[in-house]
Amino acid sequence: MAQSAEHVIDHVELFRGPEYQQMLAKKKIFENPRDPAEVERIKEWTKTAEYREKNFAREALAVNPAKACQPLGAVFASVGFERTLPFVHGSQGCVAYYRSHLSRHFKEPSSCVSSSMTEDAAVFGGLNNMTDGLANSYNMYKPKMIAVSTTCMAEVIGDDLNAFIKTSKEKGSVPADFDVPFAHTPAFVGSHVTGYDNALKGILEHFWDGKAGTAPKLERKPNGAINIIGGFDGYTVGNLREIKRILELMGIQHTVLADNSEVFDTPTDGEFRMYDGGTTLEDAANAIHAKATISMQQWCTEKTLAFVAEHGQDVVSFNYPVGLSATDDFIVALSRLSGKEIPEQLARERGRLVDAIADSSTHVHGKKFAIYGDPDLCYGLAAFLLELGAEPTHVLSTNGNKAWQEKMQALLASSPFGQGCQAYPGRDLWHMRSLLFTEPVDFLIGNTYGKYLERDTGTPLIRIGFPIFDRHHHHRSPLWGYQGGLNVLVKILDKIFDEIDKNTNVLGKTDYSFDIIR
Amino acid sequence: MSLATTQSIAEIRARNKELIEEVLKVYPEKTAKRRAKHLNVHQAGKSDCGVKSNIKSIPGVMTIRGCAYAGSKGVVWGPIKDMVHISHGPVGCGQYSWGSRRNYYVGTTGIDSFVTLQFTSDFQEKDIVFGGDKKLVKILDEIQELFPLNNGITIQSECPIGLIGDDIEAVSRAKSKEYGGKTIVPVRCEGFRGVSQSLGHHIANDAVRDWIFGHLEGDGKPKFEPTPYDVAIIGDYNIGGDAWSSRILLEEMGLRVIAQWSGDGSLAELEATPKAKLNILHCYRSMNYISRHMEEKFGIPWCEYNFFGPSKIAESLRKIAGYFDDKIKEGAERVIEKYQPLVNAVIAKYRPRLEGKTVMLYVGGLRPRHVIGAYEDLGMEVIGTGYEFGHNDDYQRTAQHYVKDSTLIYDDVNGYEFERFVEKLQPDLVGSGIKEKYVFQKMGVPFRQMHSWDYSGPYHGYDGFAIFARDMDMAINSPIWKKTKAPWKEASRAKLQAAE
Repeated sequence: MAQSAEHVIDHVELFRGPEYQQMLAKKKIFENPRDPAEVERIKEWTKTAEYREKNFAREALAVNPAKACQPLGAVFASVGFERTLPFVHGSQGCVAYYRSHLSRHFKEPSSCVSSSMTEDAAVFGGLNNMTDGLANSYNMYKPKMIAVSTTCMAEVIGDDLNAFIKTSKEKGSVPADFDVPFAHTPAFVGSHVTGYDNALKGILEHFWDGKAGTAPKLERKPNGAINIIGGFDGYTVGNLREIKRILELMGIQHTVLADNSEVFDTPTDGEFRMYDGGTTLEDAANAIHAKATISMQQWCTEKTLAFVAEHGQDVVSFNYPVGLSATDDFIVALSRLSGKEIPEQLARERGRLVDAIADSSTHVHGKKFAIYGDPDLCYGLAAFLLELGAEPTHVLSTNGNKAWQEKMQALLASSPFGQGCQAYPGRDLWHMRSLLFTEPVDFLIGNTYGKYLERDTGTPLIRIGFPIFDRHHHHRSPLWGYQGGLNVLVKILDKIFDEIDKNTNVLGKTDYSFDIIR
Repeated sequence: MSLATTQSIAEIRARNKELIEEVLKVYPEKTAKRRAKHLNVHQAGKSDCGVKSNIKSIPGVMTIRGCAYAGSKGVVWGPIKDMVHISHGPVGCGQYSWGSRRNYYVGTTGIDSFVTLQFTSDFQEKDIVFGGDKKLVKILDEIQELFPLNNGITIQSECPIGLIGDDIEAVSRAKSKEYGGKTIVPVRCEGFRGVSQSLGHHIANDAVRDWIFGHLEGDGKPKFEPTPYDVAIIGDYNIGGDAWSSRILLEEMGLRVIAQWSGDGSLAELEATPKAKLNILHCYRSMNYISRHMEEKFGIPWCEYNFFGPSKIAESLRKIAGYFDDKIKEGAERVIEKYQPLVNAVIAKYRPRLEGKTVMLYVGGLRPRHVIGAYEDLGMEVIGTGYEFGHNDDYQRTAQHYVKDSTLIYDDVNGYEFERFVEKLQPDLVGSGIKEKYVFQKMGVPFRQMHSWDYSGPYHGYDGFAIFARDMDMAINSPIWKKTKAPWKEASRAKLQAAE
């Protein structure tokens, strides 16, 4: 017996012992297993160019896609406002999934309610669910705002949020002047980044354009402030805090819209804060007066930025700026739009990042990388790799579109290190598996699901993306700003050095290269 | 912290009743009336817990429940390792349930096993408008080409499928015929059906009945010689290896396990189960339906068992052995005896650290009752429990065999109620799910996820009990819980010390 009270072993070791191994071997006969030689043959076949061709010819099936659905993004954006409860109209299981997904990534609570529609609502519509749901949420959770979005069920049956909310208010679910912005977020259109965009636009539209016809539209009185939109971001906690620090350093009056950096990082001190921080509703309304709005992620904010531009603001968007040049562009844009000087401290921070890159770039130079993730994240990381002299050989974004592909390809073409590199929109991680087998790279950058690719192909995984379930706390450190660039550089370097050590540690065989100084 | 130990049963009852009244005050009148039926204080001697269950959740209250798809794809079908399970509809459902349930299996993933892959039809607007059947046909072809060693395919319906009128049954039949009788199972587990995961379990069970058992041919299946000691493990999802640490005990007592439903299970095992002499059922909630069906159709008796904690394990081993001859009965005694030193050592080590500690549970399936014995083996007391998607038969079993007088019972509890209950009762440990974990830890209450074993496990069997004891100890006795207050916040610190 392997188990003992002195040294309790769990699943990691328990089943490796002879009793369990024999038991599992005996179980095989009941499984009617495939011939091991055949399994081996197919396994090898999946590594071939022939398999890749068939794999890339797929038209209907998605295998391990790297994207989620719209309402997840809507929930993520909504909790970035002061005391705001996301309310997702439709089936209730969806909400259980969004909450679990966000909690597993951030290791934080994630509060959100559902209108719990079932068969009868599918037939008669979900108006009663909306009416009762709003009343219950309002009474139980004392929100300052309830931000409504939809699951695909409500979208398929065609529930009209605007009318439902209006009727619910007439029936007294919530006070007439209580803020209930809404966005239709069908799961069969776009991805979680689209849902972020729709929800944020819905909230701004609510405050700026007359609260669904119940208040006068706001008249823009331009001031010197800058609005910042982070976009859907697994590093929102570290990133938004870093952006705010930079804005404060520069003395720029600003509003971060959908600021969820506090609610996804509350302290453990005996109190559960269901709501924390967030853009105040007043600031959300007053954001109309800003001089300009900057989006850190173009493809998370296409509709929102167009809406903001229509209201007369300058709009600028970035693609998840990581590293030196992208941060330069961001800082210069801040200075240009605000008229503020760039303080010496930022120049020093920049200099430190240059210093770090100069110290270490030889280890990254010429290395080949595969990257996958949301469209903006892919772009930002690829740009940084090019800057380091590395080659982003495969850049894959399941929720990237043709426009993304063109922009990505242009970036790759702009650098000598991007020659022969390829952007793959709309592809999934089973495609990536074929790419890694047929055109191997040195490192893979992606989210937790990349560990399956690492296991299958042996490509070491650097975890950057969303979700990250199997490593803790990285979301608390920024990837943006010069400091963020340094964090990304260190992540990449640590993996490179670990790999060199791993490949040179056989005693008396390879350990001449097991250097103490690198 | 343990309030319960210093109070009489009557006092606890009064306190719990008062607590329920207090919680109900937050609701609009109509909601308060409905929720009142789901909350109760257990009265010893009653045949159930006195709560309504398996009723629609109320909109907007933050129910913890999931959906029928979660019950079918996530629970029942997903672990069958040699079949490809398509999440049919938009991308999200499959994405959020991808790999998160920890159904362990042995196999070459992506080649002959598929549990931790996310297959989806990734519906787009045009699929909603024009229907998804053509796409499904193409998907089945693509799976056959790219994953040729799959032994079968299931189609797990997401909400839109039932709303847009797709005929996945017709597609399944046609493609099965085209592929020479290949097992292709359409499952109507759209998320809007029913009130929770529970209907998804039932639908999934019915799909096994209709599309697996209904298609068994007399071609010599199963491919092994039957013995009088063949049993099937039903309703163990092998979370963290639970089914394995159970199977080993059954085999040590002389039984032969011919199938696991469904953790580390295979299509061949499902097909062979009608040859079992006894179906032993762990998760009654999710697989009683198919057990009853097999009893009716094939005459296979079934018996419930509980492999959490040594008391219940020994009781269950004897109960199972009762269906067999003396050889097996002796085998059961031999197993109990073999593991007694481990049990003694685990209890000697952990009971002194856990004695008198109180626990509140809120889980699904069988656990709101099944784990109570394991806590009691460690000297702990469960002072509140409830089911995410239980039915009255679950509450009957709970009342008759598990909970103590005056235990607080909460069916389909929501965020608000659960927080208030824990705040007031101040248990030493809460055992619930990922959505609850961080809420209670923020409040300074130690927590264990009792769905996923918090990435640990197995918890079943004797080997699992050691891990269970270790994990409860490390949750409750982590030094961090004494440091949640900043030392300069003097008033709160004094209070904390006084409470120790």
